[in-house]
Amino acid sequence: MNATAPTLPRFEHRHAAHCESGVISNMLRHHGVPMTEPLAFGLAAGLSFAYLPFVKLSGLPLVSYRMPPRAIIKGLLGPLSARFRFETFRTPEAGQRRLDALLAEGRLVGLQTSVYWLPYFPPDMRFHFNAHNLLVYGKEGDDYLVSDPVFETPMRCAAADLARARFAKGVLAPKGMMYYPETVPRTELTQAMVAKAIRRNVRSMLAPIPLVGVRGMRRLAARLQALPPQEAHTVDYIGHLVRMQEEIGTGGAGFRFIYAAFLQEAADAVAMPQLVAFSDRLTAIGDGWRAFALKAARIVKGREAVDPPRLAALLRAQADQEEAFFRDLRRAVA
Amino acid sequence: MDIEGVPQEGNATLAGHRKLMYARDAEGRSVAVGSRGWEAEEIVTRHAIEVIDAQAAEARERVRAGAASPLEYWMYQRRMDVALLSQVTGFWQWRVRRHLQPRHFAALPPRHLARYAEALGLDVRQLRTLP
Repeated sequence: MNATAPTLPRFEHRHAAHCESGVISNMLRHHGVPMTEPLAFGLAAGLSFAYLPFVKLSGLPLVSYRMPPRAIIKGLLGPLSARFRFETFRTPEAGQRRLDALLAEGRLVGLQTSVYWLPYFPPDMRFHFNAHNLLVYGKEGDDYLVSDPVFETPMRCAAADLARARFAKGVLAPKGMMYYPETVPRTELTQAMVAKAIRRNVRSMLAPIPLVGVRGMRRLAARLQALPPQEAHTVDYIGHLVRMQEEIGTGGAGFRFIYAAFLQEAADAVAMPQLVAFSDRLTAIGDGWRAFALKAARIVKGREAVDPPRLAALLRAQADQEEAFFRDLRRAVA
Repeated sequence: MDIEGVPQEGNATLAGHRKLMYARDAEGRSVAVGSRGWEAEEIVTRHAIEVIDAQAAEARERVRAGAASPLEYWMYQRRMDVALLSQVTGFWQWRVRRHLQPRHFAALPPRHLARYAEALGLDVRQLRTLP
């Protein structure tokens, strides 16, 4: 790790599967809360599914396998009775001044950024996605010391590049969004907290809204079913689904695996042994998402015939399994 | 997914980085494991990039032929489309489409050129030419 200014306590960067749960767990751990990524994700009820055909990314619909940006951070504040400050800025200059001032106080600062303008990302991963979270823990000369949880080691980012990434425009424009803890009480993890968080997540997965949760999966399956197999657009659409699932962020399967890790961790931490079996079951569901992604990728590569109804059937099977899973899980924590 | 199932296929798109995944060890415990990448992911990422690179290459030809303004090339080169360029510049989409035509692009006042240049991370001189 890079040397930090003497006023800063030593910050421990920990690699994470997802940017937001990674930033928030690294930040809380720095403040003495024994937090892990799966715990942060689970307590914030971060698992989700949403199919938003009216939000277009390069002309293709937004499909998300988790809660919208900032939901994990905000979802954690309640259970921990913590208070965070969120700030946005009208100009990059104001945003940078405030960031420098907070760093000078020795604080860690979470930032919302656009992946495209962060030079340390591999070129093939630089798409215009505006809700990437990272943490800044210091500054050396013109470089910010960045803890980007989806990378194994801390990174550096020049001030001009970071300013551009923080003030990118478009869908989910960050407007320089920054956040940092104001008060972080040491809240003991309890059965009640875990049960409440699980119930909250069950509610969103089984919500009676056609575009979210298992109903969203079925709606997307219906759309997929109707795609004409001959057209190039169909292949783009299928490739896009997998990219939304596996590349941008953590992956549909990846989020299931994080939640499965949460169930296991919680089962041990607050003695709820009934959650262990659910953790195993959700891991199997995650494997199903990977099988779906692999089949879709083989279609994109031309190794398998373009068969939208077959993919739609796989998607419906995932929806059925998740529906049964969350119904049973609700009974287990009732 | 078991630890042995964590893909280590060395995706070119990850450029040597590792992604973290949660997998099961032999005792069924959840553990965090670094992944060197998965073929499925590489295929769809490369596909998306090839689509947009092809658009940039076609735009370059059209610019050379005098059928499009350099703005069209730079838009695709920066992995944008008309909708996104409209959002990041604040120009209506129909105006962006007009500015993709050489005639209208040539008539753009400096402040509008500056808006495009700023959004694309270029200086105005670059925006007026092909690289």
